[in-house]
Amino acid sequence: MSAELKVIPPNPVEGFLRSDRMPHIWCPGCGIGTTVNCFARALLQSKLDLTNVAVVSGIGCTGRVSGYLNLDSFHTTHGRAIPFATGLKLANPDLQVVVYSGDGDLIAIGGNHFIHAARRNVDLKVVCINNFTYGMTGGQLAPTTPVSAISTTTPYGGYEQPFNLPYLAESSGAIYVARWTTFHVRQITHSMTEAFKKKGFSFIEIITPCPTLYERRNRLGDGLDMMKYFKENSVVRHGAPTREVDIGLHGPITVGKFVDRERPDFQELMTRQIGRTLEALAAEREPSGGGEYVAG
Amino acid sequence: MTTADPAGVLAGTHFLDGDQACCEGALAAGSRFSAGYPITPSTEIVERFAQRVPLCGGLFLQMEDELASSIAIQGAVWAGKKAFTVTSGPGFSLMMEHIGYAAMTEAPLVIVNVQRGGPSTGLPTLPGQGDMMQARWGSHGDYAIIALSPESPQECFDLTVEAFNLSEQYRVPVLFMMDECVGHMTEKVVIPPADQIRIVPRRFTTLPPGEYKPFRPGPDGVPDMAKAGDGYHLHVTGLTHNEQGYPAPTVEGQKNSIPRLLAKIRDNAEKIARWQEKYMDDAEIVVVAYGITARVALRAVEMARAQGVRAGLLRPVVIWPFPEARIRELAARDSVKAFIVPEMNYGQMVLEVERLVGRAKPTVLMPHAGGTVHRPEDILKVILEQKKEVGA
Repeated sequence: MSAELKVIPPNPVEGFLRSDRMPHIWCPGCGIGTTVNCFARALLQSKLDLTNVAVVSGIGCTGRVSGYLNLDSFHTTHGRAIPFATGLKLANPDLQVVVYSGDGDLIAIGGNHFIHAARRNVDLKVVCINNFTYGMTGGQLAPTTPVSAISTTTPYGGYEQPFNLPYLAESSGAIYVARWTTFHVRQITHSMTEAFKKKGFSFIEIITPCPTLYERRNRLGDGLDMMKYFKENSVVRHGAPTREVDIGLHGPITVGKFVDRERPDFQELMTRQIGRTLEALAAEREPSGGGEYVAG
Repeated sequence: MTTADPAGVLAGTHFLDGDQACCEGALAAGSRFSAGYPITPSTEIVERFAQRVPLCGGLFLQMEDELASSIAIQGAVWAGKKAFTVTSGPGFSLMMEHIGYAAMTEAPLVIVNVQRGGPSTGLPTLPGQGDMMQARWGSHGDYAIIALSPESPQECFDLTVEAFNLSEQYRVPVLFMMDECVGHMTEKVVIPPADQIRIVPRRFTTLPPGEYKPFRPGPDGVPDMAKAGDGYHLHVTGLTHNEQGYPAPTVEGQKNSIPRLLAKIRDNAEKIARWQEKYMDDAEIVVVAYGITARVALRAVEMARAQGVRAGLLRPVVIWPFPEARIRELAARDSVKAFIVPEMNYGQMVLEVERLVGRAKPTVLMPHAGGTVHRPEDILKVILEQKKEVGA
C-alpha cells in the first residue's frame, strides 16, 4: 500500500495561484481569499483549459484578485473591467472570460457597463464580491451599503437606498444569477461551475465580510462573527423573486440560485443577424458578389 | 515589416471625405476591431467601419460611452487585434484615463479625434484645433504618445495606416488629430494596392512561456507582446509594474518603468517627427501650421510670395513629438526673421514654437476661437506686418 503513495501537493489549488506574489494584501477575516479558493476549485472541477481562461478585474481590494491568479489576468481601470472583458471576449470568442471585482467597482463607477453588458448578454462570468463598502480607500459609502450603516462618508448613518444586485442583474438581462456568502464555499464553487457552462452574462454575488472597515465600524464583530452570522442568518431560497432579496444592516440574507435561463448571447445574435443579411444581399447580386462574413 | 491584407484594402481612386478615408486607412492597416460611441463630427468613420468590417471578418461594437469604447479596444488588443476608437472633444475628454492605461500597459492602439470647437459641448458640427495639448498631456502622470495631424482626405487614409504602424512599432497609443474640416471635406483619395501598403505587424514574442517577460524591453526599448490564450499567463496592470508585469508600486519600480516609457518616444523623437515645408529655402517669415489651418496658411504664404515677401510654410505632420530640431535650425538661420503660428485655438502648439525659437526672434500667435478656418487674407496681413516690423 505504501508503494502506491504519491507526493501530493500541499494544496490542490496552489497551481492556480501566483505563489511568487504571496503574501496577498487582504486583511485577516476578509472573505476575498475564500472566494478565490472557491474559484480555483471551480476551475479544477470544470476541467477548463486554463490556457483559455482570462480574468479581468477593476480597482479595489477585489481588483487585486486578477494579479494573484496564475492565468491571463488583467487589472484594468476603476469600473471598466466589464467593457475591457467585452472587447477581449468578442475579439477572441474561444476565451472563457471572467470578470472578478467588487461592488463599488462593478456597480457604482462601473454600473453603466454592468447593465449594458447584461442587456447585450455578452458571454461573461461576473463574480461580484459585495462587502457593502469601499475597502481599499478606507470604508466609504457604497451603492450596496445598507440604510443606516455607518461609513466614513456617512458618519451619522447612511440614508441612501442601496442596489439589490440580483434584481438589477436579472432585470438588465443576465441569464444566470446566484448569491452566496463566504460561508457557502461549496455552493459558491458549484455556482461558478454552473456559470462556466452557461453562454451569456452570468452573475454571482458573494456577500463577504470586511471586518476592518465595515463590520468593526457597525459593531457587527470580526471575521469569525460574520461567518457565524452568515451561517445563522442566510436563508436558501432557490428561484426566489429577485425583487425580494434586498439586504439590510441586520436580518436575513436570502441566498441561492435565483435565475437560470437561456437567451442567445451577443456573439450568436451578431453572427446570425449579420450573416443572414449578407447572405441575402449576396443572393440578390451576381453569384460572385458580396462578401463572406466570418465571425470574430 | 509586411504588406497589407488585401481583404481590407479598397484599392483604387475614390472621392471620399476625410472620415471615410480614415476608416479605409484603418481597414488597410489591418484593424478588424473598433468600439465606439457616436459623436459629431466623427461618426461617419464608425458608420462606414460598421458596414465594411464584417466583410473583412471583423466587428464594430457600439458601446455605452467613450470610457467603455476606449477600454473595450484594449481588451481586443490583448486578444491580438489591431483596434481603434473614434471620437470628438467631449468623448476625447472621457477617454483620457484609458490613454494613460494604454501608455502604462504599452497597448498599441489608435484613437481618432475629429476635433470640433470646445470647450465642453462647444461647436458640435464646426471645426476646432483645441485638443492639441490635451492629446499630449491630458491623462495624469508622465507618459508619451504619438499624435498625427492630417490636412486632407488623402492624408486621412495614408496617415491612419501610419498611425497603426507607429503604435505597433513603439507600443504606444497613437492619437489621430483630425478636425471637422478635414473630416467632412471630400477630395480624391488614391488607395494603393495592398502589396504597396507597408504594415508593421504586432511584435509577438518568440520566447516560450517561462522565459518570456511581458515588459522586458527589447534592444529598442520596446517589449515584445503576447496575447491572452497563448499560454503565457500574462498579468497586465495599470499599477507601476516590473518586467514580469507584477505590481511594483514603489520608488524603485517607478524609476525602472516610467523613464523607459518616456524614452521610447523621446529617444526616437527625431525619427518619428515628420513635417512638410513649402518655400522654405529663402524664407524670412516662417508660418507654422497644421491640419486644415496649414492649407489656409499655404494660400497666405503664396499670396505673400506674389507680393515679393519671402514667406514659407512648415507643416508638422506628426504633431507629437514636435519637429524640434528643425524649428531650432530654422530659428538659428540668419535669414529667418519671424515665426507666425495660426491655429484654431487660443495658443497651444505656439507654445512649442516659442520654446524652440526662444526670445531672439518673434513668434506671433494668430488665434482663432474655432467654428471656421482663418481667412488667408488675415494671415497675409500678419505676414506683411511682421515683414515690416523685423525689416526683413
